[in-house]
Amino acid sequence: MDTLLLSRIQFGANISFHILFPTITIALGWVLFYFKLRYGRSGEESWIKAYRFWVKVFALSFALGVVSGITMSFQFGTNWPGFMETVGNIAGPLLAYEVMTAFFLEAVFLGIMLFGFSRVPSWLHTTATFLVAFGTTMSAFWILVLSSWMHTPIGFEMREGVAHATDWFAIIFNPSMPYRLAHMLLASGLTVAFLLAGIGAYRWLRNDKADDVRVSLVTGLGLGALLIPVQILMGDFHGLNTLEHQPAKVAAMEGNWETRGNVPLLLFAVPDEAARENNFEISIPNGASLILTHKADGVVPGLNDFVAEDGTILHPPVAPVFYSFRVMVGTGMAMLFLSWAAVAMMAYKRRGPEGLPKPMLWAMVPMAFSGWVATLAGWYTTEIGRQPWLVTGVMTTEQAVADVPAPMVASTLFVYLTVYAALLIAYIGVLFYIARNAGAGSDHVGPERPGMAPVPAE
Amino acid sequence: MDMFGDPAQWLPLVFAALMGLSILIYVCLDGYDLGVGVLFPFADDAEKDRMIASIGPFWDANETWLVLAIGILLVAFPAAHGMILTALYLPVAIMLVGLILRGVAFEFRAKAPAHRKPMWNMAFYAGSLMSSLSQGFMLGVYIMGLEITLFTLVFATITAVFLTVAYSFIGATWIILKTDGELQKKAVSWARGGIWGVVLGLGAVSLASPFVSPRIFDKWFSVPEIFLLAPLPIMAAGLVLALWVTLRHLPDSQDRLSWLPFTLTTVLFTLGFFGMAYSFYPYVVPEQLTLYESASAPESLFIILVGTVFVLPMIAGYTVLSYVIFRGKATELRYD
Repeated sequence: MDTLLLSRIQFGANISFHILFPTITIALGWVLFYFKLRYGRSGEESWIKAYRFWVKVFALSFALGVVSGITMSFQFGTNWPGFMETVGNIAGPLLAYEVMTAFFLEAVFLGIMLFGFSRVPSWLHTTATFLVAFGTTMSAFWILVLSSWMHTPIGFEMREGVAHATDWFAIIFNPSMPYRLAHMLLASGLTVAFLLAGIGAYRWLRNDKADDVRVSLVTGLGLGALLIPVQILMGDFHGLNTLEHQPAKVAAMEGNWETRGNVPLLLFAVPDEAARENNFEISIPNGASLILTHKADGVVPGLNDFVAEDGTILHPPVAPVFYSFRVMVGTGMAMLFLSWAAVAMMAYKRRGPEGLPKPMLWAMVPMAFSGWVATLAGWYTTEIGRQPWLVTGVMTTEQAVADVPAPMVASTLFVYLTVYAALLIAYIGVLFYIARNAGAGSDHVGPERPGMAPVPAE
Repeated sequence: MDMFGDPAQWLPLVFAALMGLSILIYVCLDGYDLGVGVLFPFADDAEKDRMIASIGPFWDANETWLVLAIGILLVAFPAAHGMILTALYLPVAIMLVGLILRGVAFEFRAKAPAHRKPMWNMAFYAGSLMSSLSQGFMLGVYIMGLEITLFTLVFATITAVFLTVAYSFIGATWIILKTDGELQKKAVSWARGGIWGVVLGLGAVSLASPFVSPRIFDKWFSVPEIFLLAPLPIMAAGLVLALWVTLRHLPDSQDRLSWLPFTLTTVLFTLGFFGMAYSFYPYVVPEQLTLYESASAPESLFIILVGTVFVLPMIAGYTVLSYVIFRGKATELRYD
């Protein structure tokens, strides 16, 4: 394997690992803020108990997100120096604003949020929780501005092969940014919704029916049921935006080879890129045309339009985009079904989680990670769908790669993969471990040491 | 912009200063928490918990200064960024794995089942050691102009050891400040041992740098520079002496002066940093690339500068707030 492919695998592995944790912390920060506000207003123990349980999950996820994020920031330089040399004038300020407006805010107030409960007045602790949630969201905003700009670049001119900004407003509010940002924030909300429901269901099934478990479970299911239709609608808008700006990606998502009308919606197929056709198609007639153009005979772009005269292929690899898109949509459908069924059942029986049948609770446990599956699948759809471009129309991925020997990339790739696999197993293991022990356990980070003076509340 | 002179001249300098400031703050702040990690094996289990408690609320923000420093390098000097990081590919990878291990160990050691705790303690120590050593190694290679020869590798190995000693020294002074009783006594003895390593390290790097680089030699040993620079080593010697005296006096029964070693060490690091900054200017990659040659477009730098002017004081403000909130001796970390 050559340096380019290895570097792509390495970056793909890093970003896949990294994205798991911000996806949780972005929305979980707001959920914690909500818990804290509910506690402040009602004084009910269940809200603060829920806060204390989920703040541990937040801290753990945040730590993993930080360390893998630092890795990402270095890899721009170690593996993709061409990226910054070409578009550094635009990417640089966006990343700098992310560090300055988001990273420090989250990092400093996280300390107060985690360990300051008895050291600062309640309002300051609530403010710290708000600022951490706000910081993670700001971070998402800046990074999605950059990512969107790479998909739909605008507001710049090329001088001697280097991009120079001409209109910062256009760069930040580039055509795909609002859709991409909304889609990602909703994805985070759904990930956390199903995590709350899944871990809540796990504790409930283990007969830990404490008030905070009930609160988590109901909040998660409610949030999921509320957000999933919004997300489906937003996904549709995002798709239409992609059709306008990146038709080759949509062609790959639909598995459509020829530009034509009356394009069917493929529920399943096996795309064959060599033969440039699909096998084993199961489809709904006119479905893709209807969804994308709102007309049964609407014309949908085909992949064959993106092959140059000399045979160079200028569209993304079809199979990974095609499949991952279906995984994302399929997971979304499962989310829709499960959350609506659960909420309807609780409403009908006028009871909380007691009204839910056991098989449904059991189904929620693996669904705790459905947000991860959907987010990763969506991420692959959009990012692989951009290939062979790194910045659409400006530079290809190949042009950015570092001149580092392949064995060096291979060896570090091996180390990263080992570390990430171990950490992922440890993360999921510890998540369920603290869920099992939450009912009986204490809130101490260290072991009990009765000899030490308590910290006076200030 | 014209009223301030040519922005292509002063903007790179401003950003070099900002990057230098971030690196200095990083070395002082993450220096102490990496150092605490390097000292981990010398402490028993209860002391380990207390050492973690002393850095728990701060380490994440401390590490962010590294992200800012590397961010400024990337933003303001993109050509140098690619050159430095590809040349340091392997030590960067080792540092990153180290930072990952220690960063997650904070959380895992407290939340994983009790029988796994020793494993995460080990990860915390190993990660801190890997990060410190690789940062020192990178510093050595960087001083040598990013050239890899047998000689530069030996030099880099020496700087790796010395930076690790320096980090564990400032780590020990942090523990003196943040704890009391037996652990504080232990930390005083660690610092007493470590001070010789710091003296040796500062001396070795200061002596070696001018003798491997004729340019640095000229910058130091010509008139009038030599007289203008003379206060630097004299002040450093005074600080080391003050540290030595203070450490002999500590621990104090009334806990007076426990803040002094950390403060003196920070000033010492700052002096060393200015010496280095003076030696390297105007290069961002020694002997190869000046900061003016590698700077980004002025209009992009200006956009960042505007934000920095507003945001940096805010960052400073809430960082101080957090140190005020968590002032005093470190007790156990609790979520309630």
